[in-house]
Amino acid sequence: MNAKKKRLIYNLSTYAIVVIAFAWCQFLLNNGGMTRSLKGQLVPICCWVIMAVSLNLVVGISGELSLGHAGFMSVGAFTGIILSGWLQNGMGMADETLRLVIAIAGGGLLAGIAGVMIGIPVLRLRGDYLAIVTLAFGEIIRNVMNCLYVSVEGRGLHIDFLNPSLPGKLLLNGPNGAVSVSKISTFTAGFILVMLSLFVVLNLTNSRSGRAIMAVRDARIAAESVGINTTKYRMMAFVISAVLAGMAGALYGLNYSTLVAGKFKFDQSINVLVFVVLGGIGNTMGAVVAAAALTILPELLREFSTYRMLVYAIVLIVVMLATNNPLLKQWFSNMTNRARGLVRRDKPAADGEGGNPA
Amino acid sequence: MNEDKRRQRTKMVTYPSGAVIPERDLGKSPVLECSHLGIEFGGLKAVEDFNLVLGRTEIAGLIGPNGAGKTTIFNLLTKVYQPTHGSVLIDGLDTQSMTVVDVSKAGVARTFQNIRLFGNMSVEDNVRIGLHNQIKYDMFTGIFRLPRYFSREKQQHEKAMELLDIFNMADLADAKAGSLPYGAQRRLEIVRALATNPKLLLLDEPAAGMNPHETEELMDNILRIRDSFQIAVLLIEHDMNLVMGICEGICVLNFGRVIAKGTPEEIQSNPVVIEAYLGKKKEAGQ
Ligand SMILES: Nc1ncnc2c1ncn2[C@@H]1O[C@H](COP(=O)(O)OP(=O)(O)OP(=O)(O)O)[C@@H](O)[C@H]1O
Ligand SMILES: [Mg+2]
Repeated sequence: MNAKKKRLIYNLSTYAIVVIAFAWCQFLLNNGGMTRSLKGQLVPICCWVIMAVSLNLVVGISGELSLGHAGFMSVGAFTGIILSGWLQNGMGMADETLRLVIAIAGGGLLAGIAGVMIGIPVLRLRGDYLAIVTLAFGEIIRNVMNCLYVSVEGRGLHIDFLNPSLPGKLLLNGPNGAVSVSKISTFTAGFILVMLSLFVVLNLTNSRSGRAIMAVRDARIAAESVGINTTKYRMMAFVISAVLAGMAGALYGLNYSTLVAGKFKFDQSINVLVFVVLGGIGNTMGAVVAAAALTILPELLREFSTYRMLVYAIVLIVVMLATNNPLLKQWFSNMTNRARGLVRRDKPAADGEGGNPA
Repeated sequence: MNEDKRRQRTKMVTYPSGAVIPERDLGKSPVLECSHLGIEFGGLKAVEDFNLVLGRTEIAGLIGPNGAGKTTIFNLLTKVYQPTHGSVLIDGLDTQSMTVVDVSKAGVARTFQNIRLFGNMSVEDNVRIGLHNQIKYDMFTGIFRLPRYFSREKQQHEKAMELLDIFNMADLADAKAGSLPYGAQRRLEIVRALATNPKLLLLDEPAAGMNPHETEELMDNILRIRDSFQIAVLLIEHDMNLVMGICEGICVLNFGRVIAKGTPEEIQSNPVVIEAYLGKKKEAGQ
């Protein structure tokens, strides 16, 4: 099997996992086989999957450490909430789907601009400054959001800092966050957004630009020596990642009737990093599975109530040991090889047909 | 056949400026001109007053004991280091304000003494990355799979396979670059450098870690590459067999200074060179 075919199979199975999971959830929803709490988790799961896929682009594919990914989510969330609130109350737009699309696009755009603003000074430097600056960015955004007041009056928006007495209908209420948000996010929108981010990230990695990004990761000086502008490609990965995180943020923000900036604290950034690490750094499919599994897990562990976080921690440690232990890795690869051998024996014609790479 | 060719000595002639180049390159402007090139690392003069002119299709050698400053010269030529003295002209263009990327675009490609491949990627992808500025399409074309994506990818694939064929490595295209044996990794670095369509190829110890048979093959291949691509090659090497076998001009460096320059015959019989090498041998023996 050649590398191209392997990559194609990997990409298709990544899409397939998402499609099957979506179809299965839809089936459960229609047949009433889903608990209330799990139902409420559907949109957040999509958001965290997109967060993991986009952070993996920076950490795994571009090889930079970013510790403020939740900051971009926050920018996207509050942009989306304000946009949607303004369109609804100021412009009288009733169409929820259109409002959601505009809010998500706006959230992605603003998060992308934030990404450019951070990237320009930091990504020109060599070294691990990105981790420090993104960490600070996440904290700064949270503090700024805590002081921001936005209201809509007529067709206009009032934006003020530290001044709660704004005329009109309040959208953002400082430390109390966004209030009376109209919940327009849907599971289907989440599914589409997950597919979109997979499409962007997987296609990017299998293109000239993606190879340049990975070249910079693997050997920076060598990449420069063959004429690759390293700043440009680090920037590309970082900004695309920020845009996707902003879109996920808008979807997340419009899923709740209220939202405070404290939702996007440093530990959320670390959580997303955990998804990426557990999924196997650089492995997009792994990031999807890890993000979905680890978002559901605490819900499933609800019965254990007091021991919930303990069990969660143990699961994390076991998975990390399992994925890093050479003996266990060997065992897994033996098992998968054996499984492959079985499949081959079942279909002897498969190799002959393999002559045509898709 | 190549064996004979190697023994056939190139006739070297002197430019009006005093530089010596092969006679066949005389009508063409030199591909590289360094004058009074130098760099200091906090007081240590790693390279001092380095002068070199390379003909269009010349194969030249840079030799000298460990720590003489050979790799540092490559880093100066490619702007990994900014020279503190002197100038470098590539194809007549001053590199003063150029970056590493500009130098690559100006037509200089290199390999590294401590191999720097894109180890997690396939052999073919390593070559495709070398083609970065040769066969282009933008990010949006890549993400949205516009028609250009498919035609350019096909071109890249075909060109990469053609280049890998130089070293008979086409069947390794899908292997992970980092998992290749040492010799193959060095050859892949040369292929990747050639993919950038250079005018000048800098090879830093290309035969290091190769067995005598592989080295022999490498010598043939360097000659073949020079002939088919019509490019100049400047190589650093400790294997005297290789240097004396294929280099037309040789420059000997010791403690950052040029101590001798000339044809292989002249260098082999130069007492200063013999002393530099023998002196070092004595030290090593003690
Ligand atoms: N970045 C640097 N900072 C300080 N000193 C340096 C630097 N790069 C090289 N040097 C010094 O310059 C001198 C020349 O080093 P260089 O690597 O060019 O030697 P070389 O001739 O390539 O040796 P070798 O045959 O071992 O590869 C050495 O003394 C080295 O320590
Ligand atoms: Mg060296």
